[in-house]
Amino acid sequence: MMRALKSFGAFWYDFVIGDDWHVAALVVAALAVTALLTHVARVNAWWLLPLAVFAALAWSLRRATSGKN
Amino acid sequence: MTALPLILTVFVACAVEAIEALTIVLAAGLTREWRSTFQGMAAALVVLAAIVGVLGPTITLLPLTALRLVVGALLAIFGLQWLRKAILRASGYKALHDEASAYLREVAAAKAAPEVRKRGVSDWYAFTLAFKGVLLEGLEVVFIVITFGANQRNLGAAAIGAAIAVVVVAVTGVAVRAPLAKVPENALKFAVGIMLTSFGTFWGAEGAGVTWPGNDAALLVIVPLVALVSLGYTAWLRRGRPAIAAPTPATNAMTDSEEVTGR
Repeated sequence: MMRALKSFGAFWYDFVIGDDWHVAALVVAALAVTALLTHVARVNAWWLLPLAVFAALAWSLRRATSGKN
Repeated sequence: MTALPLILTVFVACAVEAIEALTIVLAAGLTREWRSTFQGMAAALVVLAAIVGVLGPTITLLPLTALRLVVGALLAIFGLQWLRKAILRASGYKALHDEASAYLREVAAAKAAPEVRKRGVSDWYAFTLAFKGVLLEGLEVVFIVITFGANQRNLGAAAIGAAIAVVVVAVTGVAVRAPLAKVPENALKFAVGIMLTSFGTFWGAEGAGVTWPGNDAALLVIVPLVALVSLGYTAWLRRGRPAIAAPTPATNAMTDSEEVTGR
């Protein structure tokens, strides 16, 4: 039962997160900061997520090509 | 936004997945036997239809802002994984995906497996191979159909795009009776990664409360910008390494989740 649950979890982790969890963490963090800036500081931070996405991609590629991932 | 960009995006994404499923189905059917292969395919399609039937209407019940935040985040993460692999392939750090060699690998494995009758299926190997292949590739199709369709409040248009892709690939596969190796699959995967990342970024930020300059028209800037940055990263990585010419299992040195997700 536990093994089946682990396999199920591992499949969905691999399906959504994939090879580099840092990308997912950065996107989620950027969305949280965007929501805070928009709702608390009243700043229309439309530029933040695209910047975070490009940074996450560059970081992940760098890690992949330098053998860290 | 009109339904056309939605249908086109879903069509291209689903065509890529359908081509990979076709390779597995052909390997099972031509090497083993068609009856068990079709049974496996049909069983997978029933499971996928059930997932769409349950998740589709449920997810559209969510408030649009929450839906865009969650789905946008998932799409951006999902799209970035596609884009990452596409860039690594295009820059030579990872072997290009090749349907012909994937087909040969499946055929070799299918020929070596023993024929076992199980649960009323005459060839269990052919059944499970087709079932797993169609289910795994189909899950990505379902994910894209549900996320794009629900966000646009137009599940029907997304389903139409997916259905057209599956029919076109299936009809072409039946006609040529061979894996569709001539389709520029790596370029298509690059394009799908760009679209998923762009829409994910757009919807995710909207869900977080942002108002995009120009509203929906912002996508006309986001999509080319993501494409341009991705091509820039590819060029940057290419400078440091020559491209891999022939894709073989041995050259696919980087471990990844492709065997699971098909990306």
